[in-house]
Amino acid sequence: VNVEVAGTAGAMPDGPLKLAVPRGALLEGTLDALDAAGVDTGAVRGESRALIFPSEGIVLVTMRPSDVPTYVEAGAADVGITGKDVLLEQSDRMVYELLDLGYGRCRMVLAGRRGDERLGEAQRRLGMMRIATKYPRVAERHFESTGRQVETIEVKGSVELAPLVGLADGIVDLVATGRTLEENDLEVREEIVECTARFVANRVAHKLRATEIDELTAKLREATGG
Amino acid sequence: MRELRRLHLALVEVFESRGYGEVATPAIEYDEVLARGDGRTANSAYRFFDERGDLLTLRSDMTVPIARLVASRFAETEEPLRFCYLANAFRAVRPQRGQMREFAQAGVELIGLPAPTGTVEVVEVLTAALDATGLDRAVIGLGDADLYRQLLSELGVEGPDRDAILANLAMHNLVGLETELERAGIGREQVDTCVTLSQLRGGREVLDRAREIGGEAVERATARIGRTFEALEQQGVAARVQVDLGLLRDLGYYSGAILEVYDPALGHVLGGGGRYDRLLERFGVDLPAAGFALYLERVHVAQLEEEARREGAS
Repeated sequence: VNVEVAGTAGAMPDGPLKLAVPRGALLEGTLDALDAAGVDTGAVRGESRALIFPSEGIVLVTMRPSDVPTYVEAGAADVGITGKDVLLEQSDRMVYELLDLGYGRCRMVLAGRRGDERLGEAQRRLGMMRIATKYPRVAERHFESTGRQVETIEVKGSVELAPLVGLADGIVDLVATGRTLEENDLEVREEIVECTARFVANRVAHKLRATEIDELTAKLREATGG
Repeated sequence: MRELRRLHLALVEVFESRGYGEVATPAIEYDEVLARGDGRTANSAYRFFDERGDLLTLRSDMTVPIARLVASRFAETEEPLRFCYLANAFRAVRPQRGQMREFAQAGVELIGLPAPTGTVEVVEVLTAALDATGLDRAVIGLGDADLYRQLLSELGVEGPDRDAILANLAMHNLVGLETELERAGIGREQVDTCVTLSQLRGGREVLDRAREIGGEAVERATARIGRTFEALEQQGVAARVQVDLGLLRDLGYYSGAILEVYDPALGHVLGGGGRYDRLLERFGVDLPAAGFALYLERVHVAQLEEEARREGAS
């Protein structure tokens, strides 16, 4: 009869936990949350161009927010932080969403040119709108669920440009303060979903490194007041 | 291919030495047949018509085809029936290493033995199969498919609310789970109970912690898992097993014990299975059953990763 505590015998995790940290707009909030959770982020805040920062009992791996689900799904990072917008757009990436961290709050919206009826006109007379976006799947799902036909045009850079020069009738994009829209003479027409930073985990890591991940989740929950 | 074939042979030897006879079924089934086994298969990815206009489907696993086989060809045979297979199945996934749209599964189905005896035998075979692959760090998660269904009916949650909650549980989206639980209008305490339960995983002490949370559904599920776990300990095959109350496999036919297999060297699940005591009656024979399947390509990748790790360590 085996008397060893089950689950501890087989699972021998390799090295410290790897945490995928999003660069860009979520970086500041993420580092603050990690600091408050007792993870030393000093090295990431420095001038270093390194991508990997070993810390006390945890390794911080920095990357684009949209790469976080890729790394976490494959187990190249055990846990990670990224925006809900990224998770919605990559909903086929199988990661566990453990915690709403609350910061990085912004809205996914449909926007059109101020005072311009092109969106409505296109819908009414052509039965189809052209929508430029970095989030084609979120956009398609939104219009499908509201029974409208659209042509989504995926762009990589400044989406605001598309309706200004006639590439699209409107855009679906993330809005934090709304200033970029305003400066480009665009206005919000519909709100699609509200997005915040989320703490995610790899499926296998969540099972086999349960204690470490639960502890980090609890600390982050406390740190972000969730 | 040579490595894959060696793996295949090693697994079949384990299965056959325990009395599991290899069977084969066609990759193409009538859609109606698969849909009868698992409502979800009605959304199966690859469907087409035959020359008479009948709807056909590429099978997404082997359990339902074997259930059909049992009903049509072995209904009169004395139980228990022991079958094993190595077969390709098809699912719509984003193709990546260890996850192709066509993939090989090696597994067993044990028909006619109820819980916990049948479950224990299946875990025993699974343990031996993992031993044969050399994945000595692999872990078997043991959960209960009925836990949340029963808990939600105890709380009076039904219909779309219930489906949305179960979907979030299967995806393990805790943020969405909490939102849906709140939307279902149950008390704060009940919301916390569900969320906390889904996070309980580890040794058998997990069952005590679950029992403290209370409730009739939790009591029944923990009793079921506890009985299975004790029987596994008596058989000496509990070492790899981790109790996991957050397990909820997304196939519709499971009931009672469910299993999932992991290796620390690979970020993807290696395989899974469980009891499907109510599946065979949909094909006209009312028999308890359990089984598991390993994703062969993933086991192969895990072997490679473990090998690289051992070489790196030495």
